[in-house]
Amino acid sequence: MRVRNLWIGALALMLTASLTACGSKKDDLDEGGAGNSAASGGGPPVDQATAGNIDGEVSFDGTAPKNEPIKMNADPVCVKANSTPQEQETYMVANGKLANVFVYVKDGLGNYSYPAPAGPITIDQMGCRYHPHVFGIRVGQELDIINSDPTLHNIHALPKSNSEFNTGQPIKDMKTVHTFNTKEVMVPFKCDVHGWMNAFVGVMDNPYFAVTGPDGKFSLKGLPPGTYTIEAWHEKAGTQTAQVTIAAKETKNANFTFKAPATATN
Amino acid sequence: MLHRFAKFVAGCTVLLVLAGSLVTSTDSGLSVPDWPTTYGWNMFTFPPSKWVGGILYEHGHRLIASSVGFLTIVLAVWLWMSEPRRWMKWLGVGALGAVIAQGVLGGLTVMFFLPAPISTAHAGLAEIFFCMTVAIALFTSRGWIDGYTGHFVDEGFLRRLATTTTVLVYCQILVGATMRHTGAGLAIPDFPLMFGHLWPTHWDPKIAVHFAHRVGATLVAIAVVWTAAAVFNRTRLAELRRPAALLIVLVVVQITLGALTVLSKRDVWINSVHVVCGALVLTTSLVLTLRTWRAKFARDVRGLRLQADPTVRLKPDTTYGKATA
Repeated sequence: MRVRNLWIGALALMLTASLTACGSKKDDLDEGGAGNSAASGGGPPVDQATAGNIDGEVSFDGTAPKNEPIKMNADPVCVKANSTPQEQETYMVANGKLANVFVYVKDGLGNYSYPAPAGPITIDQMGCRYHPHVFGIRVGQELDIINSDPTLHNIHALPKSNSEFNTGQPIKDMKTVHTFNTKEVMVPFKCDVHGWMNAFVGVMDNPYFAVTGPDGKFSLKGLPPGTYTIEAWHEKAGTQTAQVTIAAKETKNANFTFKAPATATN
Repeated sequence: MLHRFAKFVAGCTVLLVLAGSLVTSTDSGLSVPDWPTTYGWNMFTFPPSKWVGGILYEHGHRLIASSVGFLTIVLAVWLWMSEPRRWMKWLGVGALGAVIAQGVLGGLTVMFFLPAPISTAHAGLAEIFFCMTVAIALFTSRGWIDGYTGHFVDEGFLRRLATTTTVLVYCQILVGATMRHTGAGLAIPDFPLMFGHLWPTHWDPKIAVHFAHRVGATLVAIAVVWTAAAVFNRTRLAELRRPAALLIVLVVVQITLGALTVLSKRDVWINSVHVVCGALVLTTSLVLTLRTWRAKFARDVRGLRLQADPTVRLKPDTTYGKATA
């Protein structure tokens, strides 16, 4: 009797496991995004007739540490996609200017409402790298996550304030839509399949943010008159802040300089 | 035959522990985001061509775990059908329950993004399951059943010492697992000093757990040396001396691997072999401990011998209960 009960129990367990394991792919792979709603403080809109700008550039003082080389041997598709040696994008310095710095208004904005984001933001997994490496997005704005590689990726977000997610994209050209619900600077992304892949997104509740390009320049346009705390964030060098006051229709400069760490070698 | 199969299951479990430790060492735990499916596929039909990057480790771990789970089902059924010792039947069922719970914990830790408590519990239960398979292999061995030709040590001190050592090793493994799953493996980046001093110059939770692991290693080393010395002083029985000697060797290797893990900045293979060696220290200590308890099993095994060999004449067992040094 006991032997029979044991067999019945074991068979029931195996059957349950098999049925679960045979579940549809679609259930796991299609993560629906929320609507494209605008994040707004609920106050009046910014008067564009009096709005000003904050422009600037981010410099790097000293010799930037050498970026870590990437070995893609773990996936032949990644090796094939990159004919040249690859390295991390940690310090992208050209002519003393630092790229991939997220610059945003940290403090000083009143209770304004802002126009809805124009459309979705896209992050693409291409050549086993994230494109872009650093970017900004609005709260509630759709993030289109695309896999352009003929290999598997998982996109794994590690936020502190928003919900963590980890989505598999095993098929080329798959698209997943995600939205963030809370302001957060910054949310790291990683691919656990390809350990070298990482990216960072700044989730903002206003439109005043930018990422420096290869020339280190940024521009925050359409700010209402006021005094602002501007922060520049870099994935390794940390953050710097500056206080900037702009009057109506005024354009001010805010420049930042990150210094090489004491142990930097090239 | 049953004993050989039990040894095979224990051997496969070593492989499973290695595969699991590689998953953590390569930070591949979330490279397959879904469970029990693999990127939507039934895990047994997931194409090998897609076993790339971290998936190789995570999916490989799942497949080996499934195989060990299947072997454990066979082992449990086999024990239930053929073992005359009632407690052995239930030990097989216990092992099956442990491996099922282990699979569920593995799934939960993936679905909840590797929370340290679940991942640590997963590591801790893995060691218990491994101990169960080794114990089954030991209890089904000819040496155990024959009672080492009637000669065994029956010393309370040795039993208490060996048992304490085994418990201590297990606690040390739990601290090590906590350290691994909270990212504290390099919280103290130098060895043998700590931030260049004999004592950490500053503290945070990660440094504390790392420090506890180093203190634990010292305590385990002392306990193992003490236990081995006690064994060599009190008996000539190879059944006890062999695991005692092996325990010393394994602890030396284990401490060396621990030091190299720090010095190599957590090299994947050194780190993983350190985990496996820890499991071997535990099970070797367990075997030694169980053998010190061998005398307490005498009555049960005597019955087994009689059942296995009907030609044995029923007569008083003059060796039963006698301690032999």
